[in-house]
Amino acid sequence: MPFEGIGASVRRKEDARFLNGRGNYTDDINRPGQLHAYIRRADRPHATIKGIDTSAAAKAPGVVAVFTGADLAADNVGGLPCGWQIHNKDGSPMAEPPHPVLAIGKVRHVGDPVAVVIAETKQAAKDAAEQIVIDYQDLPAAASLRDAIAAGAPTVHDEVPGNICYDWHIGDKAVVDAAFAKAAKVVKLDLTNNRLIPNAMEPRAAVGDYDVNSGDFTLFTTSQNPHVIRLLMGAFVLHIPENRLRVVAPDVGGGFGSKIYHYAEEAIVTWAAGKVRRPVKWTAERTESFMSDAHGRDHVSTAEMALDADGNFLALRISTLANMGAYLSTFAPCIPTYLYATLLAGVYKTPVIYCEVKAVFTNTVPVDAYRGAGRPEATFLIERLVDACAHDTGMDRVAIRRKNFIAADAFPYQTPVALQYDSGNYQATLDACLKAADHAGFEARRSAAVGRGKLRGIGISTYIEACGIAPSAVVGSLGARAGLYECAEIRVHPTGSVTVFTGSHSHGQGHETTFAQLVSAQLGVPMDQVDVVHGDTAKIPFGMGTYGSRSLAVGGSAMVKAMDKVIAKGKKIAAHLMEASVDDIEFKDGKFTVAGTDKSKALAEISLAAYVPHNYPIEELEPGLDETAFYDPKNFTFPAGCHIAEIEIDRDTGVVEVMNFVAVDDVGRVINPMIVEGQVQGGVAQGIGQALLENAVYDKDGQLLSGSMMDYTMPRADNLPNIKVATETTLCTHNPLGVKGCGEVGAIGSPPAIIGAIVDALKDYGVRHIDMPASPQKIWSIIQAGQPRMAAE
Amino acid sequence: MPQVTLTVNGKQHTVEVENRTLLVELLREKLSLTGTHVGCDTSQCGACVVHVDGVSAKSCTMLALQADGTAVITIEGLAAADGTLHPMQEMFREHHALQCGFCTPGMVMSAIDLVNSHPGGLTEKQIREGLEGNLCRCTGYHNIVKAIAAAWPLMHGKAAAA
Repeated sequence: MPFEGIGASVRRKEDARFLNGRGNYTDDINRPGQLHAYIRRADRPHATIKGIDTSAAAKAPGVVAVFTGADLAADNVGGLPCGWQIHNKDGSPMAEPPHPVLAIGKVRHVGDPVAVVIAETKQAAKDAAEQIVIDYQDLPAAASLRDAIAAGAPTVHDEVPGNICYDWHIGDKAVVDAAFAKAAKVVKLDLTNNRLIPNAMEPRAAVGDYDVNSGDFTLFTTSQNPHVIRLLMGAFVLHIPENRLRVVAPDVGGGFGSKIYHYAEEAIVTWAAGKVRRPVKWTAERTESFMSDAHGRDHVSTAEMALDADGNFLALRISTLANMGAYLSTFAPCIPTYLYATLLAGVYKTPVIYCEVKAVFTNTVPVDAYRGAGRPEATFLIERLVDACAHDTGMDRVAIRRKNFIAADAFPYQTPVALQYDSGNYQATLDACLKAADHAGFEARRSAAVGRGKLRGIGISTYIEACGIAPSAVVGSLGARAGLYECAEIRVHPTGSVTVFTGSHSHGQGHETTFAQLVSAQLGVPMDQVDVVHGDTAKIPFGMGTYGSRSLAVGGSAMVKAMDKVIAKGKKIAAHLMEASVDDIEFKDGKFTVAGTDKSKALAEISLAAYVPHNYPIEELEPGLDETAFYDPKNFTFPAGCHIAEIEIDRDTGVVEVMNFVAVDDVGRVINPMIVEGQVQGGVAQGIGQALLENAVYDKDGQLLSGSMMDYTMPRADNLPNIKVATETTLCTHNPLGVKGCGEVGAIGSPPAIIGAIVDALKDYGVRHIDMPASPQKIWSIIQAGQPRMAAE
Repeated sequence: MPQVTLTVNGKQHTVEVENRTLLVELLREKLSLTGTHVGCDTSQCGACVVHVDGVSAKSCTMLALQADGTAVITIEGLAAADGTLHPMQEMFREHHALQCGFCTPGMVMSAIDLVNSHPGGLTEKQIREGLEGNLCRCTGYHNIVKAIAAAWPLMHGKAAAA
């Protein structure tokens, strides 16, 4: 019974410091003698740099140094590397133009860093940066996907004419085309997945430190994966060996993907600290976050479903344009390919699928993973297309889903787009969600709303996603330039308390609690004697960090593996101490027992013997009780579920109010239900934000219009409903915990439920689909323009 | 440089500041009270909310000089000397109303003012509207609303609802 105690809503260990203002975020860190960096960024989307005059800035009060791209180049600083290589349809590699840390020759998006001022105070650096004179020659900009692929479009990178990063596909086009030719019905939908700006509440920050005596560098940074940053920055950018570079990601105030990547500022402060031989700190102002944090989504797609006369899906054909922005961010190329197109089967048994994706450079901020990363785009496309199929065939939206679901007894299920789903029960999550949302009672609520002058609609999304990324050999064959295992070290101390060292990183997910709960349950050690250490490359073994809902599925599995080693060694020690055969030793509830006897030793007695090995099998066994494990997952995990949204539209203003939102998710085994519920609610809030409020807007010239929190609509408390969350579990079959992951399901499942509900509310206005965000203006215009086919009353 | 004298969490400080120094900069950089956070440049996010003479204020939107002679309470000054949490802190913990913790100090300070200024009771709608000046990206607000509703009876000396 290794998992006793799991499943309790244990209150979080980390809350005490956060609630008392004692968190330790990067901007809270100040090093002796610290200087401040301010980065002068491009204020225009595309221009040749004819000259940079830093002389006045260099002489300004408090300024220690001013650096430009030329200084970095002269010091052999490399460009920011990309961690994933995609191949074109013809087998050739994607275009991978250089991504200089500070711009060289050209700026390619508003926010592109051009020069950095290092000064005694932040204000002095900022004042001086205004005195840098940059002589630009403006160039026309490719501001959007469609602009960038048009004939004669401006070229973002001279070495990539036509702006196509890659032209990739999956599936057999001829087979899919043949299925379409035989179809009784073809349903087609054009969709845009709106561009989002992540906006973790903590702006990015970085502090570089250089030890003159040892030659060691330390970088404190707002990262989800400090070892990845150390590897990328050390090996590719600054050429610092791992033993000379420590990266610390302390408390991090939200990430949502945006803090995965290796950013220019990390390299700038680290390099500059070595140059000026003093610590250098940079903290983003929010406006800088808007124009330098990687953005998310931004797809334009055409989707077609072929159906037979009974509404069975026969084939799916998709063409997608995906925006990469001006440069390739760390994982950007894999998002619209292996995290998107491989999910296009959804929860349906569509037998054949073809998808082609063109990734496009534009004069905008780089685009990379944002909560869900490819899977929200896939889910929005499939679920909106399924609704369109229902609309066009006259079938019920629930019925058409049920008819096409992969059956609960069909697992493992091989999809036509590479993935093999290990477990799931889509009818069960749908049934539970329909019940919890009182779907049966909806029409009465719609009628009641009419009486209040409101248009009420209901929307359903039945989604699947892939997380727990991922088997290293598989992702390697798909272009990943890294392994995607995770590490854990379980150190049982002499008196029996435990420290867990993990390569996963917590930036809100509550790992210090969930992981302690897991270790406490398996080793039988009280939770307050289990501490979790993460985020410091000087302390933790090499691990890949937290993204893609992988921390428990991959990082937790590594812990289980390390604990298995601890228990196996403990059994040998116990066998020696109790003069029994090791095969007769059982471990349960923190005790090693000789089977069938009352002889037992507590874990603390075993650990003490391990560290004070006076009576110990020293010839066969090393002292100590400290085990490390690396876990490489066997497959992705496949959380799935059903989200139902009920909304009301004010006819006069077009404002949407979310009246009810229910999520029933299958995230595998749940360790801490309170934390899972919080993760889902937060994800749903971001999904509702995407569906109703959020939109990154560039004007036709490439200027970012939504560049502050006054222009970009962040969801606030009064925009959101209570979010009801339940789980319906099937276990993951291939990791030792049976867990699947819960961090992204909310953001993946919810947008099509919201849009489906709005389209349902507007059904009498002849609306079949609305792109996100469904702003009041958009809806008001539909209501004004459309003639109801019949009075809703 | 001008001087400002103020009381922070019960302790008096006299600090030299620039004319343009913001209250939040004084707290974070001069007094090392880093619990108060800066999340935006435009007075939108509320991560910097503190109490100035008992009323919530965005410390990123107030000059340090304007705080001369005031009594400021920050998140660090809420818990009792023996470590007992303020009821609002306790309810945030109990209801999992924080994840990454970055918005939490401002959120808690705003929530306390919201409860204090509604002695007659607080509806869910009032709570949601009362949080208009505070952004959270992690929780979806659901549990923050629950925590504030649960703190109201504790702060107004009423028995907590079951």
